[in-house]
Amino acid sequence: MPINNCKLAGDDILSKLTVKDVFMNYHSLKGFTKALTDISFSVEEGEFLSIVGPSGCGKTTLLNIIAGLIKPSCGEIFIDNENLDSVSSKIGYMFQRDHLFEWSSVWNNITLGIKIQHKSPDLYKDKITSLLKNYGLMDFVNYYPDELSGGMRQKVALIRTLALNPEVLLLDEPFSALDYQTRLNISDEIFKILKEEGKTVIMVTHDISEAISMSNRILVLSKRPAKIRKIFNITFSESYNSPLKCREDPEFRIYFNNIWKELNY
Amino acid sequence: MEGVELLMLDYTKEHQVYIKNINTRKKKIILTRLIILVAFFALWEIAGDLGWIDPFLTSTPSRMWKNLIKLYAEGTLFRHIGITCFETILGFLLSTVIGTVIAILLWWSDFISDVLDPYIVVLNALPKIALAPIIIFWAGNGMSTIIVITILISVIVTIINVFHGFKTVDRDKIRLLKTFGASKFQILTYLIIPSSIPTLISALKINVGLSWVGVIMGEFLVAKEGLGFLIIYGGQISQLDTVMVSIIILSILAYLMYEAVELVEKKLTKIMLH
Repeated sequence: MPINNCKLAGDDILSKLTVKDVFMNYHSLKGFTKALTDISFSVEEGEFLSIVGPSGCGKTTLLNIIAGLIKPSCGEIFIDNENLDSVSSKIGYMFQRDHLFEWSSVWNNITLGIKIQHKSPDLYKDKITSLLKNYGLMDFVNYYPDELSGGMRQKVALIRTLALNPEVLLLDEPFSALDYQTRLNISDEIFKILKEEGKTVIMVTHDISEAISMSNRILVLSKRPAKIRKIFNITFSESYNSPLKCREDPEFRIYFNNIWKELNY
Repeated sequence: MEGVELLMLDYTKEHQVYIKNINTRKKKIILTRLIILVAFFALWEIAGDLGWIDPFLTSTPSRMWKNLIKLYAEGTLFRHIGITCFETILGFLLSTVIGTVIAILLWWSDFISDVLDPYIVVLNALPKIALAPIIIFWAGNGMSTIIVITILISVIVTIINVFHGFKTVDRDKIRLLKTFGASKFQILTYLIIPSSIPTLISALKINVGLSWVGVIMGEFLVAKEGLGFLIIYGGQISQLDTVMVSIIILSILAYLMYEAVELVEKKLTKIMLH
């Protein structure tokens, strides 16, 4: 009997990014573990999608598969209708921790990806400078990471990712290493940055409130082996237009309770 | 306003007291070190002169001084020192470079590092000096043998330490570079080596000590010149003054070389952290 029922790729794909019939198994000498089963969803251009699920359910695995860092047991990823089978420059990845290189200045950290791809930093200079100016980091380009606060470091990490102009951003619990107050402020700020830049975003988080406050849709995964349990559409009325403000919307609590129930079925 | 000024004044005063205490402690430490040194040599001298110990077996500082002057007058002192220093520095540099290159190779290929693992364990446990007779046959009765022994003694430890340093680099940082599409060589040069600088420096520090061991061992076995030779030669002709003088010079040189590495460390850390 086959481990899983791999399906063939479909044809009518129009979204920015599509995850189609992804299965993932981990093998060890003792046997294998099913991590992901039959994951399919798509993300539209400019959409903010969050993935929540119990810890250890394979959220980060899914993100790594989308990023092309690991190959799924079967299934495919499409971006702009093209099959993605390795790391793509259309995708940017932001980690839980900022992973800034302590031995490099802020500027050198930001231009890291550009240098690795053998591109000329001069081509990106204007773009980076405007990002730095907008987010209040222009005065710090010659500073070193250990001279910055946690929130500033995370913003530098974001600019490092944005510098290469990716179309889709993958965020792996990007705020979980920050203290609560900084976390609320930075998530608000980064949300604005991403909207202004018109990025398509997939964020993995275990924080339900964070997911509700930032996303257009929330995908709830089940316990391992992870399946998609439910997809929630999140809409708030016009007056609650930022992640911080929408927490005041009465709808917020209702979304929270529904997702909470779905997670603890 | 007066109140504020008064408060400021108090802070400055408190700070001055703090600085003063630290400086006094520093001075006390240096003074005590000097007293121990002087007392040690004075006691040695007195004990020898008064016949509490036999100066033939233990020498005395004054006899050592005379011996030093004699060596200097013969014009061989600096030649011996120079040769030993040259061998040590060369052995030290070569084993550091070779060890680091092999560590990079092991990091590059998991297959190679898994295959070589038991061999490295055996080579690390083996007393390298046991290989000396073979090396003398292969490398001849001279300086090349001393260098080879020195490299053998410190290279395995270098490989193990540096490789371990490479392996402990944060895997998420490697993942980050991979999302930029970095090649293995780029991961090595952009991440692995810079973040392993502290490990490399501590490997250098261990190597300094081991290189001295290697060189002196080597000189015991084959040399006609150098401080190790002086020590063995002095022993053979029952000239313990020469032996003691050589040992003291050796201590000073080893100390200076260690300090030099520390200086390099400070410089490098300064560059690394801006």
